[in-house]
Amino acid sequence: MSLNLFPAQFEVLRNTDKCIKCRACERQCANEVHYYDADYDKMLTHDDQCVDCQRCVAICPTGALKIRKNENEFRQSANYTQQIIIENYRQADTGAVLLSSMGTPKDYPVYWDKLLINASQVTNPSIDPLREPMETKVFLGKKPASIKKNPDGSINTDIDPHLELNVPIMFSAMSYGSISKNAHESLARAAEELGTYYNTGEGGLHKDFYKYGKNTIVQVASGRFGVFKGYLDAGSAIEIKMGQGAKPGIGGHLPGAKIREDVSRTRMIPMGTDAISPAPHHDIYSIEDLRQLIFSLKEATEYTKPVIVKIAAVHNVAAIASGIARSGADIIAIDGFRGGTGAAPTRIRDNVGIPIELALAAVDQRLRDEGIRNEVSIVVGGSVRSSSDAVKAIALGADAIYIGTPALLALGCHLCRSCHAGKCNWGIATQRPDLVKRLNPEIGYKRLVNLVHAWDHEIKEMMGGMGINSIEALRGNRLMLRGIGLTEKELKILGVQHAGE
Amino acid sequence: MLLNEGEIRIPSGCAISGFISRDGNRVNGSKIVKSISYMHDRSNGLGGGFAGYGIYPEYKDLYAFHVFYSSNAAREQTERFLDRHFDVVNLSRIPTKKIPAITNEPLIWRYFVNPLPTKIASSQLDEKEFVAKCVIRINNDIEGAYVFSSGKNMGVFKAVGYPEDVGEFYRLDEYDGYAWTAHGRYPTNTPGWWGGAHPFALLDYTIVHNGEISSYDANRRFIEMFGYKCTLLTDTEVITYIIDYLHRKQGLCLEDIASVIASPFWSEIEQMEPEKAEKLKYFRNAFSSLLITGPFSIILGYTGGIMALNDRLKLRSMVVAEKNDMVYISSEECAIRAICPDVENVWSPRGGQPVIVNLNEEGKKKCL
Repeated sequence: MSLNLFPAQFEVLRNTDKCIKCRACERQCANEVHYYDADYDKMLTHDDQCVDCQRCVAICPTGALKIRKNENEFRQSANYTQQIIIENYRQADTGAVLLSSMGTPKDYPVYWDKLLINASQVTNPSIDPLREPMETKVFLGKKPASIKKNPDGSINTDIDPHLELNVPIMFSAMSYGSISKNAHESLARAAEELGTYYNTGEGGLHKDFYKYGKNTIVQVASGRFGVFKGYLDAGSAIEIKMGQGAKPGIGGHLPGAKIREDVSRTRMIPMGTDAISPAPHHDIYSIEDLRQLIFSLKEATEYTKPVIVKIAAVHNVAAIASGIARSGADIIAIDGFRGGTGAAPTRIRDNVGIPIELALAAVDQRLRDEGIRNEVSIVVGGSVRSSSDAVKAIALGADAIYIGTPALLALGCHLCRSCHAGKCNWGIATQRPDLVKRLNPEIGYKRLVNLVHAWDHEIKEMMGGMGINSIEALRGNRLMLRGIGLTEKELKILGVQHAGE
Repeated sequence: MLLNEGEIRIPSGCAISGFISRDGNRVNGSKIVKSISYMHDRSNGLGGGFAGYGIYPEYKDLYAFHVFYSSNAAREQTERFLDRHFDVVNLSRIPTKKIPAITNEPLIWRYFVNPLPTKIASSQLDEKEFVAKCVIRINNDIEGAYVFSSGKNMGVFKAVGYPEDVGEFYRLDEYDGYAWTAHGRYPTNTPGWWGGAHPFALLDYTIVHNGEISSYDANRRFIEMFGYKCTLLTDTEVITYIIDYLHRKQGLCLEDIASVIASPFWSEIEQMEPEKAEKLKYFRNAFSSLLITGPFSIILGYTGGIMALNDRLKLRSMVVAEKNDMVYISSEECAIRAICPDVENVWSPRGGQPVIVNLNEEGKKKCL
C-alpha cells in the first residue's frame, strides 16, 4: 500500500443530533464510507472512499448527512492546480493511465449557453401550443433525390428505410455491461412508450429485450460483441460505432469483473474475461472499408433498416461526415467531446475532440455546400443537456438529438463520475445484483417518459414563440439563433449572427 | 447606414390581389391597379408591383426580360451577355410616365429574346433551365443589373411606391392580359431598392405574398443546395424558388406542391384514406425542409393560370370570389368589390387549401 499523499476529495458531515444510528447509510454505500464503531457507539466515515454520489444523503431518514468538498488546500498555483498534483501522485502510486467517467468536468466553452433563441413580435404571430397543433415528429434517413412516378402517373411513395420519431429525442448508446439490466429495461420501455428509440451500445441485446426491437437501435462496434444475424434483425436501425465523443480515437474496456453470467451471454464472450473493443474496427482502415461494412449490414438485413454511422466530433469532422454521407450511410450521429462515458482515460476525455456545437454547424454547412445534406440525417449528442440545447441543436441543423446523461439523471444518477468503479449506488452503472435491484425499471421508465415529455413541451413552447409549428421548419433555421459574446470566427463557424444584428 | 435588400432580411406585411378570366378575355391593366388601390392602408409606400399574363401576344413565343440598370455601363455589359446567349429580337426602354410619387427610377429596359440553340446544346440543359441560369447569372454577377421578369407572354412591373402610383408610372392601362396579380408592400424597414419590390419572378412563375414566414432560413438553406441563390433574403424569393423546384424540376402538380409547402397536420393525415395519407406522409418525409410555417397568403401566377394558397393555420386573410368566367382573389373583399360590385360566391379558403384556376379550353385556344 502506497503512501496516501493526497487528502480525501470529500468530507462527510454528520449532524450527530439528527443521526439515529440506523446504519442505513452503511448498508447503502457500496464504497464502504460509513461504518459503525460499537466501542464508541458512533457512526464514523472513511472520507477518502466517498465519491459524492449523494446516495446516503438521499436515503438518510433524518436528513443528518451532507457531503461537501474537502476544503483542505495545497499551496495554490494557477499552473500546478491541486487536481494536477493529485493526479501525478496517483500515477506515481500506480504507474497507470488515469481513468474517469461521464463527460469532462473541465471549463470548456459551452456554446449552447452562448446562443439565444428568437421569438415573434408584431410582424408574425407566435403560436400557442395549447391551442394549435404543434408537431415534433421526425423522420431519419435518406431522402429521395427526385420524385418517381408509377406507370399510372401517380407518385411512387417508396422510400429508403427510415426511423420515425414522435419526438426529436433518442436515448444514446449505453451498453449492457456499462449500465445495468434494469437501466436498459427502463430505457427500452420508455422508448416504446414515447415512440422513439434507445440504443443497445456495443454490448449486445439481452434476450429479454428483443421484444422492444421496434424501438431499438442495435450497435455494431469494433469489438463486435453480441453481434449475430438475430441481433441485427432485432432492431429498427443498425449503428456502426466508429467513435465516441468522450474518447475519440480509442476503444473500450469493460473489466472482467463486470462480465457476469448475463453480460457474458449477451456479449457472447466467456465469463470474467475483459471485453476489449479495439480502437479501430479491424476491417475498417479507410472510408472505402466503411462503405463495405455499411453494405454488408444492409445485405444482411435485406435493405430494410437504416444504417447509422456514429463518429466523435474531431477536428476534420466535416470532411469525415461528407465521406460518410457518400458511403451509403442513412444517418450520421456525431458525438461531442463533452459527452459521457462509462470509462475513459482522463487525458483523452479532457483533451481530445471538439465541442458538438461547432462540429454540428460545420458538418451541416459542409453537407449543404456539397448538395448532399439530403443524403443523410444528422443526429447529435455529447452534451445536449436540456430542451433549449435541443432547440439550438436543431436550429443549427440537427434532425434529432441523442441524450445519455440526462436519461441517467432521470434514473437517479448524481453525476459522481465514478462509473468505472462499478459500484454505482444508484443501480445504474454496476452489475452487482444487490445494487442493480435498487433501480426499479417500473419507476425508471416512467421517469424517463416524464423527462422526454417535459422537454417536448418546452421545445413546443419555444417553437410556438418563434411562430414555427413543425419541427422540420426549425431544422437548420439559423436565423432563429443569435450569438452572445462570441468572436467573429466563432459566429462564422456557427453560421449565426451576433445578438443585435 | 441602412442596408439594401439582399444585404439584410426585411420582414414585411402586405396586400395582394389578383384575377383571371377563365375564357381568356384580356382585361385592361387599369382594373388591377384600381383593385389594389382600395387596400392602400395595407402598404406604406415602400413597394408595389404587378404581374400580367397574356400581355405580349405579338411576341408570345419569346422570353420577355424586364431589367433594372443602375448605370449604362451595367446595361452595356448585360447586353453583351445577352448577345452571346440569346437572339435579341427586340429591345427598348419600358414606357413610363413621370409622376411626382415615383422618383429615383433606375434605367428600365425590356428585351424579347430567344436562347441560341447552339448555346443550349452545349450547356446540356433544357431551354427553361438555360434561361433561368442566365437570369440568375446576370443578377448575381453583373453589378447594377437586375432581371426582374423573364417569362414568355407575361411581364412584371414593380417599383418603390404605392401600388396605384406604380401602376400609373408603368402605364398599365396600355396593357391587356387574361390574368393579373398585384402587390402592395409594408416592409418594416426602408429598402429603397426597386428590385426588392414584388412580385418576384423566375421564368413565368410570379409570386405575390403577404406574410412573414418563420421557416425562412430552413427553406433557404435547403433550396440553395439545388443551384438557387437567395440574394434578396425575402420570403417571396424563396417561395418562388421552392415552387420552381417542385413544379418545373420535380414535376409535382400544383395541388401536391400545396401539400408540401402547406402540409396538413399529422392529426389530419391520420384520418385520411390510406392511399392519400401515404402520399402526404411521403411528402412530409421527402420534402420536410420545404414546409413553410408562419403566416403567408400567396398568389402564384404561371402561364395559363393562377393559384392562391394560405399557410396551414390561415394566419393571413385571403378571400376568393367569382363572377361569370372571372375569378378574383384578394387580401380583402373590398379590393374585389371595387372592380366587380356584384361579385358572387365569396369565400375564404381554409389554411393549406389551394385555389387553382386555369384557363378553360376556349381560353387556352385564345391565349396560349
